[in-house]
Amino acid sequence: MKILVDITLKSEVLDPQGKAIQHALGALGFDGIDGVRQGKVIELDLAETDRAAAEITAQKMCEKLLANTVIENYTIRPAL
Amino acid sequence: MKSAVIVFPGSNCDRDLAVAFERSFGVKSQMIWHKDASLPDNIDIVAIPGGFSFGDYLRCGAIAARAPIMQSVINFANRGGHVLGICNGFQVLIESGLLPGALMRNSGLKFVCKDQVLMTETTNSPFTNAFGKGQKFTVPIAHHDGNYIADDNLLAKLNGEDRVAFRYVENPNGSVENIAGILSENRRVLGMMPHPERLNDPALGGVDGARLFDSLLGAVIAN
Repeated sequence: MKILVDITLKSEVLDPQGKAIQHALGALGFDGIDGVRQGKVIELDLAETDRAAAEITAQKMCEKLLANTVIENYTIRPAL
Repeated sequence: MKSAVIVFPGSNCDRDLAVAFERSFGVKSQMIWHKDASLPDNIDIVAIPGGFSFGDYLRCGAIAARAPIMQSVINFANRGGHVLGICNGFQVLIESGLLPGALMRNSGLKFVCKDQVLMTETTNSPFTNAFGKGQKFTVPIAHHDGNYIADDNLLAKLNGEDRVAFRYVENPNGSVENIAGILSENRRVLGMMPHPERLNDPALGGVDGARLFDSLLGAVIAN
C-alpha cells in the first residue's frame, strides 16, 4: 500500500524558503497572507497491505532517516 | 600521525583535506570509501570532507550520515578519537548525532562563496590550540546550508562549556550568535562550515588554515 509522509519544519524554526514564497505571492498581488511554510511529501510504496503495520514501518523510517526530529515534524497518512 | 578522509559520492574537498593533512603531518592520508565497514587500524584523526554527498538529497548530509562507514566513525568518536567535519562534513556530523543542533538553508537563500573573517573563540581544543584566543583570520566559505540553529538550552550549554570554536565576524548565513564551528562535549569532534583546508598554501592565498592542522599534530603527539 502507499503511505504518504508529510514533513514540515517545527513552528519555532525559521523557514527562509517559506518567507521567500510569501514575498513572491505578495508581489503577485495576493493579499492577506499571514505566513507560508514549505515542507515536503514522501510517497512510500510498501509491499505491506495492513495499514497499521505499514504506518509503524513508516514511523521507524521517519525516526531513522526521513525526518530530522530536531527541526522537523512528520505525519503519516495512507495515500487515497 | 595517521589520518583518514572519508569519501562519499559527491565529496569534492576530500583531496584538499588529504593535502592539508600531508602538509602538516608529513604522512599521506588514507582515503576511505563510504561503503567500507571499518576504519584502518591506529588512525589518529578521521575527517569528513566538504562537497555535496549524495547530491544533498533529502537533507544535506542525511544520507551520508547513514552510510556503512559512519557507524565506525561514530564508534571511533565515542572511544575518544578525533573527528573533523568541514562544510558538508559538519552537516554529516550533525545528522549522525555526533554534534548537536541543525544547519538550515542560509537566511539569504543564496549559495555564499567568499572569504570570511573568523574569530577564534576557544583555544582549548585539539583543533585550535595553535591559535590565539580571539585571533582573527580570513578563510573561504562555500555553502548553501550553513545557517546553524540551536535552541536556548543548547546555546547556553555550548557557551557555558566553551564549545564554540569559531564565530564569523560578519554573519554570512544567519547562524545563531554568528556560530561558524562547534566542538563535541569531549572537545575531540569539531564541525565547521568554513574551509581551512583551502587556506593551506601561500600560492592559494595564505596559510592561516594550516594552523588548525598543526594544532591537531601537536595535540595528538602530546596525547
